[in-house]
Amino acid sequence: MPPTDIKNPDYFHKVVDCQWACPAHTPVPEYIRMIAAGRYSDAYMVNWHSNVFPGVLGRTCDRPCEPACRRGRVEEVTGAPQPVAICRLKRVAADNKSDVKARMPRPAARKNGKRVALIGAGPASLTVARDLLPLGYTVVLYDGDAAAGGMMRTQIPKFRLPETVLDEEVDYILDLGPELRLGQKVNSLKGLLSEDYDAIFVGCGAPRGRELDIPGRKEAKANIHIGIDWLASVSFGHTDKIGKRVIVLGGGNTAMDCCRTSRRLGGDEVTVVVRSGFEEMKASPWEKEDAMHEGIPIHNFLVPKEFLHEDGKLTGVRFEKVKAERDAKGRRNLVPSGEPDTILQCDDVLVAVGQENAFPWIERDIGLEFDKWDMPQVDPATMQSTNPKVFFGGDAAFGPKNIIWAVAHGHDAAISIDLFCQGKPVGQRPPPTVNLSSQKMGIHEWSYDNDVSNDNRYKVPHAPIEKTLKNVKMEVELGFDVKQAFLEAQRCLNCDIQTVFDTPKCIECDACVDICPMDCITFTGNDEEAELRLHLSAPALHASQDLYISSALKTGRIMAKDEDLCLHCGLCAERCPTGAWDMQKFLLEAPKTGYACQHR
Amino acid sequence: MTYIVKPKLRHPALPVNKLGFTHRDYEGTVSTLCAGCGHDSISAAIIQACFELAIEPHRVAKLSGIGCSSKTPTYFLGQSHGFNSVHGRMPSVLTGANMANKELIYLGVSGDGDSASIGLGQFVHCIRRGVNMVYICENNGVYGLTKGQFSATADKGSKSKGGASNMDTPLDLASMALMVGASFVGRSFSGDKEQMVPLIMAAMRHPGPCFIDIVSPCVAFNNHAGSTKAYDFVRAHNEAVNRLDIMEPRDPITVEYAPGTTEEVALHDGSSLRLAKLDANYDPSDRIMAMAYLQAKAARNELVTGLIYMDRHATDMHANLNTVDAPLNGLGEKELCPGTKALDAFNASHR
Repeated sequence: MPPTDIKNPDYFHKVVDCQWACPAHTPVPEYIRMIAAGRYSDAYMVNWHSNVFPGVLGRTCDRPCEPACRRGRVEEVTGAPQPVAICRLKRVAADNKSDVKARMPRPAARKNGKRVALIGAGPASLTVARDLLPLGYTVVLYDGDAAAGGMMRTQIPKFRLPETVLDEEVDYILDLGPELRLGQKVNSLKGLLSEDYDAIFVGCGAPRGRELDIPGRKEAKANIHIGIDWLASVSFGHTDKIGKRVIVLGGGNTAMDCCRTSRRLGGDEVTVVVRSGFEEMKASPWEKEDAMHEGIPIHNFLVPKEFLHEDGKLTGVRFEKVKAERDAKGRRNLVPSGEPDTILQCDDVLVAVGQENAFPWIERDIGLEFDKWDMPQVDPATMQSTNPKVFFGGDAAFGPKNIIWAVAHGHDAAISIDLFCQGKPVGQRPPPTVNLSSQKMGIHEWSYDNDVSNDNRYKVPHAPIEKTLKNVKMEVELGFDVKQAFLEAQRCLNCDIQTVFDTPKCIECDACVDICPMDCITFTGNDEEAELRLHLSAPALHASQDLYISSALKTGRIMAKDEDLCLHCGLCAERCPTGAWDMQKFLLEAPKTGYACQHR
Repeated sequence: MTYIVKPKLRHPALPVNKLGFTHRDYEGTVSTLCAGCGHDSISAAIIQACFELAIEPHRVAKLSGIGCSSKTPTYFLGQSHGFNSVHGRMPSVLTGANMANKELIYLGVSGDGDSASIGLGQFVHCIRRGVNMVYICENNGVYGLTKGQFSATADKGSKSKGGASNMDTPLDLASMALMVGASFVGRSFSGDKEQMVPLIMAAMRHPGPCFIDIVSPCVAFNNHAGSTKAYDFVRAHNEAVNRLDIMEPRDPITVEYAPGTTEEVALHDGSSLRLAKLDANYDPSDRIMAMAYLQAKAARNELVTGLIYMDRHATDMHANLNTVDAPLNGLGEKELCPGTKALDAFNASHR
């Protein structure tokens, strides 16, 4: 194998599994250390620069970082490996920070004369607004709803995301002075293009809940509701009760929000029914857990066939029982099991079987191409559509994802819009900001706490269920207190503190090999990667995790380190007599518009 | 030294021996020696050897004297018996312990100061008596704990860190062990685990007095240009006479050597020792030749490593003394004090 090029920012970035997995590439270990040190405001600002909505995301993020977390791999020997509770630690920063208003960027002193329209006031558009406003852009924010926030306001129940938290973070952006056109739904992109905008960003989300067209749908429509519309209606206070017996159809996070909201609005017997298996449900495991904890059973392998009704009133749903089978090509199919149909009685049904994009307001003759699925053609790197003036982001770009993806799209689109408005090619992306610096403070002292905690993951305390089920606005999760937060933060392995190897200094004494608690390091003859992986001190379990390879040492051997299970405890560097190993902090900031530089 | 405890977490796919232990289960507390000390590599080799032999930790007694090397038993086999004795007196304590309970595996760990200076008399007599043990000398050629004066094994002409040359004649402990009757003699280098581990494993299975001299650079005081015990010097002058593999009866042969260059030696527990000859003329069963060979190579500044000598028909002190089969510490008062009549009969037999 050729020696590893550690100058390529991607190499060490990949080692920081959480940051690599995060669409916005938030420097997770950096802010977790700040939380452990009680620097909540600093931790909040690290988050805010990167993901714009730390308080919101600390409660609602889909947490792609957590399945990636190295802690979940190294704890395998304990039987119940669990990643660091990254998401809930983020909330700790938001909950405990002091007033950070003074640290926020200020509205631009001078306007640059460019006007940008943002369609939809959800997380994607708000991110674009935040990134462009400090540069002097005039940003006009359109939304059909009366308040900014998009799906964060309309679809996420208040018992998961209190309004005050959302308002605060939306206000940080509104304080930068966008022109608000709330309550104004854009009905024609052509019309908007004819106005004097230099660029237009479409961040309108995936606003249409998928229908379930089965017999009885029309007849019983008074008691059959589309999940996201119903949640929006609850959010704005138009709906405040539901029948005693409720069936929620669907297995995604919207279904979980629907069933839990129903429990709080009079639904005593709420049931979730999914077509496929429990394991295959799209909802995050913790959301399923929370629903079941509130006494909501989840039935699986039942396909809805008919809404039953009497005198125009819904009485129940008939389901066909199915089972999963693999066909000749190995594809998984649901086939009737042959058992008799199941009928579940109910007063109301919430349909949460998916969301769709809908662009009836985009004319098809404005140079904006759509693909065969009727989705706009969008460049995934630049977020630009085939009409160079129009950019997309969030669910509007590539279909339903989640908030953190919307933020990431927003950053990318803002860079593109900025380049576009300056007449520069949008394909020339700015590089990330990268810093690699030694953390050595003394002979065996490091600027980080390298003593690895043996604790298991801490559980976030919940408010008593008797109270939360009575109040649709009462937040269920209480969040970690400061002490729990410290202990949970200590579980973080500091994967951004990299083991950096300086080949000429190595005397091949084996001290690092002997001390490494995870048997990560091997000195061996060089070979092809596949062959090398077989001859390491301990088996290389995950091919997606890189090997760190040195150039040839004095004996002709190389140093090979499997990054997979490294605890970043620094013992290799502590035991190294010549300083060939050093622990260096790798801090990467994903590229953003110039505001960040101006802000420094 | 390191301040933190070595994390308990371990690689989830570590190999497990037939006792269900990983090599981590044979560790001791974290080393307090200088970073990069060769002794730590020797500790790691002992850990690996015991893991691979699936030795039950409670079946091992590790004994040591005084010095950097003699501190190391704390850093391996944390669940075994241990005794840290007076300077240079480890061999006597080990002899006594072995006399009382021959069923344990005795591991004597010493250094060049402990063995070649203050304990030289103890060293030769313990071997001469044929005590069944593995005696490891972690040999760095300097007194590390007192800041790097030459020890008795420092080569003539070797330079100290301050630049002074050693004018005294060195003691070669491997040659001395051969001379006084060790039935297994090896020499190795702390920077070569592939050689060290099978050597230690073979010694632990050998039923007689085993001595292994392991050159172990002192990174603080003896790892500079001009020193003959530095990593670079030892690597450049290492003359391995053979390579060892310990073969369990069921083990597949994984390493192929050219025909005629390997020799299999059956060990008493059913496993075998496979020797790959690197020097075709070297015969590790010929003690007289081995002694001459060591001297000849030493005269040319070459360090002979590998299995230097092994007596396939070794016996030990208990055989020489014709002791009973049961370990003496297991005998009861009745057996140990058979009474006046038995004493009278015994005395009468000498009259």
